[in-house]
Amino acid sequence: MSALLQARDLVRCYEGPKSLFGKSPAVRAVDGVNLTLRPGETLGIVGESGSGKSTLGRMLLGIDPPTSGTVAFDGEAMPPLQSPRWRALRAQMQLVYQDPLAALDRRLTIADQIGEPLEIHRLAKGAERSERVRDLMAQVGLRQDQGDRYPHELSGGQRQRVVIARALATSPRLLVCDEPVSALDVSIQAQVVNLLRDLQESHGIAMVFISHDLKVVRNICDHVAVMYLGRIVEEASSDEIFAHPLHPYTRALVSSVPIPGKPLTGRILLKGEPPNPAQRPAGCAFHPRCGSAKPACHVAAPPLEPVALARRAACHLLVSPQDHAA
Amino acid sequence: MTFVSIRDLKVAFDGVHVLHGIDLTVARGEAVGLVGESGCGKSVTWLAALGLLPGKATVSGSVTVEGQQLIGAARASVEAVRGGRIAMIFQDPSSSLNPVRTVGRQICESLALHRGLDGRARRAEAVRLLDMVGIPDAARRVDLYPHEFSGGQCQRVMIAMALAGEPDLLIADEPTTALDATIQAQILDLLSTLRRETGMAMVFISHDLGAVGAICERVNVMYAGRIVESGDIAPMFERPRHPYTQGLFDAIPRLDGTRNRLIPITGTVPDPRRMPDGCAFAPRCTKASAFCTDTRPDLKPQTDGRDLACFHPVAHQQTVAGEERRRIPA
Amino acid sequence: MLTYMLTRVFRAALTILLVMTFAFVVLRLSGDPAAIMLGPDAPTDSVDAFRAEWGLDDPIWKQYFAYLKSIAQLDFGISMRDRSSAIMLVLERLPATLALTVPTLLIQLGIGIPAGVYAALHRQSVADRGVIMLSIFGFTIPSFVMGLLLVLVFAVTLGWLPSGGQDSWRHAILPILTMSVGGIGILARFSRSAMIEVMGQPYIRTAMAKGLSWRDVVWKHALPNASVPIVTIVGFMVGSLIAGAVVVESIFSWPGIGRLLIVSVSNRDLAVVQCLLLVIASSMVIANLCVDFAYGLLDPRLRAKTTAH
Repeated sequence: MSALLQARDLVRCYEGPKSLFGKSPAVRAVDGVNLTLRPGETLGIVGESGSGKSTLGRMLLGIDPPTSGTVAFDGEAMPPLQSPRWRALRAQMQLVYQDPLAALDRRLTIADQIGEPLEIHRLAKGAERSERVRDLMAQVGLRQDQGDRYPHELSGGQRQRVVIARALATSPRLLVCDEPVSALDVSIQAQVVNLLRDLQESHGIAMVFISHDLKVVRNICDHVAVMYLGRIVEEASSDEIFAHPLHPYTRALVSSVPIPGKPLTGRILLKGEPPNPAQRPAGCAFHPRCGSAKPACHVAAPPLEPVALARRAACHLLVSPQDHAA
Repeated sequence: MTFVSIRDLKVAFDGVHVLHGIDLTVARGEAVGLVGESGCGKSVTWLAALGLLPGKATVSGSVTVEGQQLIGAARASVEAVRGGRIAMIFQDPSSSLNPVRTVGRQICESLALHRGLDGRARRAEAVRLLDMVGIPDAARRVDLYPHEFSGGQCQRVMIAMALAGEPDLLIADEPTTALDATIQAQILDLLSTLRRETGMAMVFISHDLGAVGAICERVNVMYAGRIVESGDIAPMFERPRHPYTQGLFDAIPRLDGTRNRLIPITGTVPDPRRMPDGCAFAPRCTKASAFCTDTRPDLKPQTDGRDLACFHPVAHQQTVAGEERRRIPA
Repeated sequence: MLTYMLTRVFRAALTILLVMTFAFVVLRLSGDPAAIMLGPDAPTDSVDAFRAEWGLDDPIWKQYFAYLKSIAQLDFGISMRDRSSAIMLVLERLPATLALTVPTLLIQLGIGIPAGVYAALHRQSVADRGVIMLSIFGFTIPSFVMGLLLVLVFAVTLGWLPSGGQDSWRHAILPILTMSVGGIGILARFSRSAMIEVMGQPYIRTAMAKGLSWRDVVWKHALPNASVPIVTIVGFMVGSLIAGAVVVESIFSWPGIGRLLIVSVSNRDLAVVQCLLLVIASSMVIANLCVDFAYGLLDPRLRAKTTAH
């Protein structure tokens, strides 16, 4: 199957604060990311704050233009921002993010918000539109009488359902979810995670699921990419990566998740904090915090290379010397 | 030996009751978890106990620290307990530090107040505390402002400040929620190490069952302003008996085993202004009977040593020892 | 920090220049000084002579550059009316204005800030409601209404205080009162909201949880943080004080620069008006400059931002 979304060498730089004495060096928020998403597939992107995962998500949608590199949707290059073709493409790809209250217009009723994309993209109007809105509300588990309510009258979980319904209105082929359940309580989070899974299965939507919550990512995603300081450090199937993490950072990340009934001892504790992207360490960006860093790690940044079947990782310790020589 | 005893603690904001009578105790040196979802009153319980709620809150009941009553006590006597006998750290470390004072001055304030230190000795102690909580280059960074520290480091500073008063009890209110996973692990590790070294008691308030399980010996589960189940952590995590506790466990996705569909708790938390007459959890409970919707169950001691407020607790078959930790679905 | 300060000073100078240019152009487009100085019936000869003498026949840009040149040499021109130095005329009047504005500012700060802070710390109390009501009253009543009201009550009806003039300190009471009221209202209102905002911040809860006394929480933690927005509004008020004096001085016939301004404008006494505007604009700009520097002292986050530049 051909790729629905293909990202090549994506780089996004942000200018440092301007000064009278010339520009300070640019911050590379995303630094050379390659990704492929097949139709109907769910790709998880995990990482800590500052890893560039949200910036990557916006670039995949074409909302944030890359500094260099390309994004192709359905085999065609992403049209320039705000061009007519770009706007038409919005119907195909939608974004769901963390704070549903900020994503909703507090002066519009729920039904109006869900119907808005249908109007923008001239997909349905009048009775047909109301019918479609009722259908969408039912799909995300909202009661019909809630259509006349305003966002502040709903709970956090219900608001996120509204955002999801609105995103689904145009029958998109790609959904990028940026921390969609992070603001929700555990019991409600499970409702929304199940909803996303169901919708994805029934509609065959491809999904990019950005989150810092490994447990949720594992539950919902087929494939997972781990980001550290703007780069992908490991990529594998969801089952593999959490059961047998290879990259030292992934190992620490997986081990840091507190599991009920599991004591603290034996966990991998990383030294220090993720470095500032403006001061990227030389060599492997992870080496200052890595427990098994070798001299080579201080010098050269390891490329993302296949380390096993359908797995890639960027670590000097995982690739044998012969591979390097080759 | 009981250090803090809370009896029938009730809190209302502008006439809306959010705590409906909390009973709990903390013994010297023990670590107690307080678990529940947002709005269940877990933070309010301890803010009320220490008199830290805004003026519009009405608080009743009893909170005693080794016999000394805090509710309704003179301001000065409550202030003497705060920071000295009971210290507290909060969820959002970056905004919990005063932005216009250096972290050193903020720690020194506690040292002057509770340890009577001044001058060189006080500064040296502030540096020692920062060093102890893992701030690198503490001697220099003691003079920096909070915005010059990352979120995780701000939480370390908060912990240093709490330790400055050499408290008997540390209340940690969602101390890791705002932090990244690897930093969260560091802070949890720091807290449990400090507890081991100082022997202070700890109350760990969190929505994260995993974090609570890693730190605490005992746990109280709260729902809609009441404690619904409490007991020792191991048996409760193995065999939760309140349907809400069980629901919380079921709702957490797992990091190992097969990837199953999650089992959410249906519906949402009741509006505090329109609380159900009977059990507050009844509208969301799969086991609720008509009796549950009319009558409220009290928190009662059980034969297995835990306290439970439920008419239809989850029944557990005998599990094979050491094997599968999950309970059998009800 | 140095570059930051230099850019601020440069901007301030630019602002003053813009104000001066604007005043220069508007003054010259809004009426002929010759006609006003000499009267409508003056013979054409003397009008022409007057215009030639003061250079009013030159194109406006030529006049403007001549003006800039003399300003650069610290020559602020002479009054068309009595040929005395314009800057001397202004400086003579300045002490009288300062005698009103300085006490006014002190009263505004001394009453407005404590009232606002007290109200914030005792929200929903009778005192809080009183402060809100009085402050709305204070800043909604225009100063000319306030002035006339005070004259009516204290000078006309009660006869306690004089209604105008500058003979003793008692003459200053009503003008100062008139000028203070609005500022007290604004300051009380702002201090109250700034304090309420700060008291709701998590670090105040931290300070309380530490065991600090209520006094220390307010003085050491809340006030330093609330001072940033309060200083902003104080800056605005200082800047507008001299401008506000114009109205009050003419109500109470107080011989300060405000009255001088009104007389000079109606006479189209160009050099004097420009000189006055220079003083008023400078006072505003300098007040703003002080606020900018105060920010740096009060808030380390802003300090850091400015040193990074």
